[in-house]
Amino acid sequence: MNGKIVAFCCENSAYPAADLAGKLGLHYSENLRIIRVPCAGRVDVIHILKALENGAAGVLVLGCEEGACRHITGNTRAKERVEYSSMLLREINLDGRVVAMFNLSPNAPHKFVKAVNDIGNITAEPGR
Amino acid sequence: MIIAERKPIEEIRLMMAPYKKILVAGCGTCVTVCWVGGEKEVGILASELRLARGAEGRELVTLEATVDRQCEKEMLAELRDKISDVEAVVSLACGAGVQTMAELFEDKPVFPAVNTTFIGMPEGEGLWVEMCGACGDCFLDRTGGICPVVRCAKGLLNGPCGGTRRGGKCEIDAEKDCAWVLIYRRLERQGRLDLMREYRAPKNYRAVKRPGRVQAAKA
Repeated sequence: MNGKIVAFCCENSAYPAADLAGKLGLHYSENLRIIRVPCAGRVDVIHILKALENGAAGVLVLGCEEGACRHITGNTRAKERVEYSSMLLREINLDGRVVAMFNLSPNAPHKFVKAVNDIGNITAEPGR
Repeated sequence: MIIAERKPIEEIRLMMAPYKKILVAGCGTCVTVCWVGGEKEVGILASELRLARGAEGRELVTLEATVDRQCEKEMLAELRDKISDVEAVVSLACGAGVQTMAELFEDKPVFPAVNTTFIGMPEGEGLWVEMCGACGDCFLDRTGGICPVVRCAKGLLNGPCGGTRRGGKCEIDAEKDCAWVLIYRRLERQGRLDLMREYRAPKNYRAVKRPGRVQAAKA
């Protein structure tokens, strides 16, 4: 069984997209743990690191499409924090790819599933 | 305020390698403002150290604490219980904070997690620039409030070097303003250009005898 993936989902985009994926019966990893956040900008570096420390194999931050954030810059800030977290992991010789940010709209369930599968493929690589 | 930069994680990991239980201590003043040693950065460094240690298959226990000012013993005293419980301390304060901590808790090794770089001010988001060299012989009254000692790449006291680029930039670094162009424009704006003709004698760099010591006058 692959490790758990924690997905911080913006309640204005990724969370409804996940909901829609469920309604449509789309398949994605059963190891996913969704954490609903009011905005991707709420997710800070420490949340990402603590998720990994507590056993997550991968962390997704899913926010609104660029330019569509209800809180104006939440998604761009989230992206910067994800990139920073990834850099911190590389600094300590861990795989920075296990932390990723995706932008999607609430009516994009397939994109949600793809994001989950993409990171799932990385965390499932042999030798990890 | 005092500006600092985080040391490379590899250097901090090497310092912490012999220890199993450490305190990661932040400072709530200057290093918090320059995003390097406040409560948030304490959490991130502690987490990074634990993750790195975990990847080695060894455990690291970290306590975390941030005091208002690590350069004051009264404020550091509140860490006494936590420090008695750990083998070593890694401090994210400036050099003054690290040394105050090391002096107050002499039996514990205290390690710096940042390099203290200069006294400066924020110029933009996440960008700080040096403003003061703490030379102890201030003559900002004659330079329009702009210090050529640190803001001129050559520290010249009597006008620009002749290498000023078009647009008033420094010949050493085209991104930086020539301090003497800034001084000229400031004095011109204030109608004090006569100060440009004033000769400034070689600076007394011994004004502050190291280590510096200042006793405030008692009222």
